[in-house]
Amino acid sequence: MREQLPALIVVVPLLASLVAPLVAYFSTALVRLVAIAAILVANISAIGSLTHALTKGNWHYHFGDWAPPWGIELVIDPLAGAIAVLISFVSLVVVIYAGPYLKEDGWLKKGIFYSLFALLTTGLLGMVVTGDVFNLYVFLEISSLAGYALIASGGNKAVVAAFRYLLIGTIGASFYLLGIGYLYAVTGTLNMVDLAEKLPLLMDSPAVIIAIVMLVVGLGTKMALFPLHGWQPDAYTYSHPAAAAFIAGVMGKVPAYAAIRFFFFIMGAATGPVYKALQIMGWLAAAGIIIGSLMAIAQKDFRRMLAYSSVAQIGYVVVGLAIGNSLALIGAVLHIINHAIMKSCLFLVAGGIQWRTGNVSVEKFAELNKKMPLTMGALVIAALSMVGLPPTAGFFSKWYLVLGAIEADMWFYVVVIIISSLLNAVYFFRVIENIYMKKASEEAKDKDKDKGKGMFELPLQMLVPIVVLGLGILVLGILNEPIVSQVIQFVIPGGGQ
Amino acid sequence: MAPEILLDYRPLWAVLISLVAAVLILFTGERRSNLREAWTLIAAFGKVAIVFSMLPLVLGGQVIEIAPIHVAQGITLQLRVDTAGMLFAALASFLWVITSFYSIGYMRGHHEKHQTGYFASFAVCLSATMGIAFSANLLTFFVFYELLTIATYPLVIHKRNAEAIKSGRKYLAYTLISGQLFLIAIIWTYITVGNGDFLAGGFLTLEHGSAGLLGLMFLLMTVGAAVKAGVMPFHGWLPDAMVAPTPVSALLHAVAVVKAGAFGILRVVGYVFGPELLGQIGAAEVLAWFAAFTIIVSSLIAMNQDNLKRRLAFSTVGQLSYVVLGISLLTPLGFLGGMYHIIAHAFMKITLFFCAGAIYVTTHKENISEMHGIGRRMPITIAAYTIASFGIAGVPFIVGFISKWNIALGALQGGYALYVVVLIASAMLASTYLLPLAYLGFFKKSDKFTEYGEARKDMLIPIVITAVLSVVLGILPNFGANFYDLATMAAQSIVQSIELVGGGW
Repeated sequence: MREQLPALIVVVPLLASLVAPLVAYFSTALVRLVAIAAILVANISAIGSLTHALTKGNWHYHFGDWAPPWGIELVIDPLAGAIAVLISFVSLVVVIYAGPYLKEDGWLKKGIFYSLFALLTTGLLGMVVTGDVFNLYVFLEISSLAGYALIASGGNKAVVAAFRYLLIGTIGASFYLLGIGYLYAVTGTLNMVDLAEKLPLLMDSPAVIIAIVMLVVGLGTKMALFPLHGWQPDAYTYSHPAAAAFIAGVMGKVPAYAAIRFFFFIMGAATGPVYKALQIMGWLAAAGIIIGSLMAIAQKDFRRMLAYSSVAQIGYVVVGLAIGNSLALIGAVLHIINHAIMKSCLFLVAGGIQWRTGNVSVEKFAELNKKMPLTMGALVIAALSMVGLPPTAGFFSKWYLVLGAIEADMWFYVVVIIISSLLNAVYFFRVIENIYMKKASEEAKDKDKDKGKGMFELPLQMLVPIVVLGLGILVLGILNEPIVSQVIQFVIPGGGQ
Repeated sequence: MAPEILLDYRPLWAVLISLVAAVLILFTGERRSNLREAWTLIAAFGKVAIVFSMLPLVLGGQVIEIAPIHVAQGITLQLRVDTAGMLFAALASFLWVITSFYSIGYMRGHHEKHQTGYFASFAVCLSATMGIAFSANLLTFFVFYELLTIATYPLVIHKRNAEAIKSGRKYLAYTLISGQLFLIAIIWTYITVGNGDFLAGGFLTLEHGSAGLLGLMFLLMTVGAAVKAGVMPFHGWLPDAMVAPTPVSALLHAVAVVKAGAFGILRVVGYVFGPELLGQIGAAEVLAWFAAFTIIVSSLIAMNQDNLKRRLAFSTVGQLSYVVLGISLLTPLGFLGGMYHIIAHAFMKITLFFCAGAIYVTTHKENISEMHGIGRRMPITIAAYTIASFGIAGVPFIVGFISKWNIALGALQGGYALYVVVLIASAMLASTYLLPLAYLGFFKKSDKFTEYGEARKDMLIPIVITAVLSVVLGILPNFGANFYDLATMAAQSIVQSIELVGGGW
C-alpha cells in the first residue's frame, strides 16, 4: 500500500463519493462514517506522501504505470503535499461538523450531501497532487461541479447564487482550458515537468503570451480575484451552511496554488511576460484588498462580510506572488494555509450561530458569549488573526509579506497591507462589540428559536471542529517555523532560502 | 565588559504563569469566585517570586536568556533579562500583588459585573507586560506589545455602556494604527540590519541608511511607542480610558500599559538607535520638545478637570513625558532619571488612583468639587493622597524628587537649561492641580462627611503600603529591589561608560 499513497489521496474520496447515496439508502449513520473514514484516509495518505517528499525528495507517481508524458503523473513535492494535507484536514474537520446540520434530512439528502462533499474534496485534492495540466482541468471541473451543487443545496437564494457561479465559473474554466490548449499547441505536451523544460525557449512566442493571459483570467475567476469576484459573495453566503466553511476556506485557495504552480514552477516568473502579468495581478489584488475590506465593512450579514473579506485576503496571496521575492512567496503560501484555517473557523462559527439561533445578521449577535463562550473565543482568535495581530497565525503571513515588500522596495504594497489590517480591525471589532457588549433585546429573546435551549455550547460534533481550528490558529502562529523552514522553502523554485 | 549570559527559563515562566492563571480564571467562572481570586493571587505571588529570584543575578552583572524560539532564519522570539527589563518587571510584578488585593476589594465592594473577564484580562495584561520587559528583540517586543493592546481592551470597555464602547473604539484606533506604524519600522529594521536584537547603546549606525531615512524610521517607532506613553498629541485615548474600573486605571493606566510605551521609547532610544546615532541625526531632540510641551500643556489641562480620575489621567500624561524627556536627553543622568521615574511615578500614581477608587467605592463621589471635608471621613486615604501629591510635585524625601533631580541634572549635562525650567514650572503646576483636594478634604467643612468611615480594609492596606513605599524609596532609593542600582547599571550600559558624571542622588 505504501507505494500507492498518492493515488489513495484522490481515489478513496472518489470511491466514497460514488457509493455514498447507495450506502445512505441502507443506513444514514453508516454513510457519515464512510465519508469521514474516506477523508481521514485521504488525510493520512497526504501526510504520508508529504513525509516521503520531505525525506526522500519529490514523489513522481505514474498512474497505471504509464510513463509520462503519455500517462498521467501525480507529483508530490513539499508544496503539493502541504496543501493536500491542509485541504484534507479542513475537509475532515468540516465533514465532522456537518453532522448536526443534517440530522433532520432524509437519506437521499444526506447521501447526496456526503457524496458531493467527498467529490469536492476529490477534485480539490486532485488539482493539487496532479502533475499534468489537463488532468488539473479535469479535477477543476470535478470540484466546480460538486461546488455548484453544494452551493445550490443551501436554499432558494442559493440556487440563483449557484447558477450565477456556474455561468461565470464555467467561463473561467474554459479560459483555463484554452490557455493550456495554447501551451499544448506550442510544446506538444501537457506534463508539468515536460512543460517546464520546453517553455523557457518559447516564452516570447505570441501563443504563450495569450496562454498566460487566459490562465490569469481563468484562475483569477476561480480564485475570485478582484474584479473577477462577482460570483463569490453570494455563493459563499448562501451555500449549504454545513459545507460553507470548506467552500469558503479552501475552494478559492486551490486556484491560487495552481497559479503558483504555473507561474513559478512551470514558467518562471523572474522576467518576461509572466513577470508583467503578475504585476498587473498585483495591482488588481491591491485594489481588491482595499475594496473587499471596505465592502466587508458595509455588510450586515456575517457570512457576507466574511465573503468580502475573502476577496481581500486572496489579494494578500496574489500580492505575495506579484512581489515575487522569496520572503513574499513564503508569505503568500503561508497565507494560503493560515487563511484557509482562519476563514474555515469563522464560517464554522457563523454556521454554528445560524444553527443555534437562526441569526446571520451581526446586529443580532448580542450576548452570544453567554450561550457559546468557547465558540465565541474561537471567533475572537480567528478575528485577531484576520487583523494580523501577534501571536496569531495571520500576523506571521503579514510579517513575511511586508518583509518581502520592503526588501523589494515596493512600499505601495506595504501601505495597502497595513491599511487593510486596520480595515479588518474595523469590521471584526464591530462583530466583537456586538457579541460582548450589546444587550440582547427582549424581543430577540422571545423570538429566539434556540435549538439547544439551556444547553451549554453547540453539540460536540460542531464544537470540537471549531475549537480545533481556533487553537490551530494559535499553534500555526507560534510554531510556524517548521512549516516555513521545511515545507515552504521548497516553494521557491530552485529551493531558495 | 560583556555581561555573563546565563541560560535559564525563569523569564518564560514569569510570562506564562499569569497566562495560565487567566485560563484557570476563565474556567473557574463567576460561581466559585473565591477560587477564581485565589488563582489571581497565586499567580501574582508566583510571578513576583520568579522575578525577584532573578534580581541578584542581574545585579551581579549577569544576563539571563532563554533559548531562542526560531520562527525562521533570522527571525526569532527570545526573552532576555537585562537591567532595564528587570527594573520594569520587578516594578510591575510587585505592584500587581498589591493591586490584586485592591482589585478584589474594589470589585466586590462595588458589586461589579463581568468580574471573571476582568480578572482574566488583567492576568493576560501582566503576562504581556513581563513579555515586554523581557523581550530580547523587536519582534518579541511587538508580539507582547500588541497582546497588551488587545488584553487591555476588555478592561476599557468593562462597563459595557455607550461611553465605554466609545472609549474602547478610540483606544483601539489609537493603539492599532500606531502599532501598525511600529510594525513597518520593525520590519524595515529587520530588512536593513538582518535582525532586531536589542543591544545596549544601539545597533543601528549611519552605515544603515541616510540620516533622513533613519530619522523616518525613528519617527515611526517612537510614534508607535509614544501613543501608549500618552505623549501629546497622541494622548487622546488615555483620559477616555478612565471609564475603566479604578484598579485598571491604577495598575494599567499608570504602571503597565503607559509604562510599556515609555519603556518602548527607552528600548528604541537606548537599545535600537543608541545615543550616539541619535546625537548625530538629531532626532531625539524633536522627541524632547514634544515631551516638554506635553509636560506643560497636560498640567494646564489637568487643572481644569473636576473629575478626579480625569485629572489624574492628565497628570499621568505629563508625568510620563518626564520619562520620555529624561530618555531623549541622551545624557547618562537623563537615562538614569528617566528610568527611575518609571519607578517613582508608578508608586505615587498608583497611590493616587487607589485613593480615587477608595473614595468612589466608599462615597460614590467622582468630582473634586463634591469632596469638601472628605478628610474627616477618610483621613488615612486623604493623608496617603497628600503624600503622593507632594511626591508628584517633587518635594524632597519622597520618591519623585530623586528622579526629577536626576533628570534636571541630565538636562544640565546635555546643556539644556531650558528643560530645568520646564521641570520646575511643572512641579509648581502639579501642586496646584493635586493639592487642592488635600486642602479641601482636610480644611473645608462640610456636613456631608462628618462621621469616620474609611474604605474597606483590602483597599486601605494597599493604599498605605504604596504611600509608605513612596516615602521610603524617597529616602532609600535602593530599598527592596535595588531599583536605583538597576537604573544606574542600565544607564551605564546604554552610554557605555562607567562614570555617570555628576553623581546624581
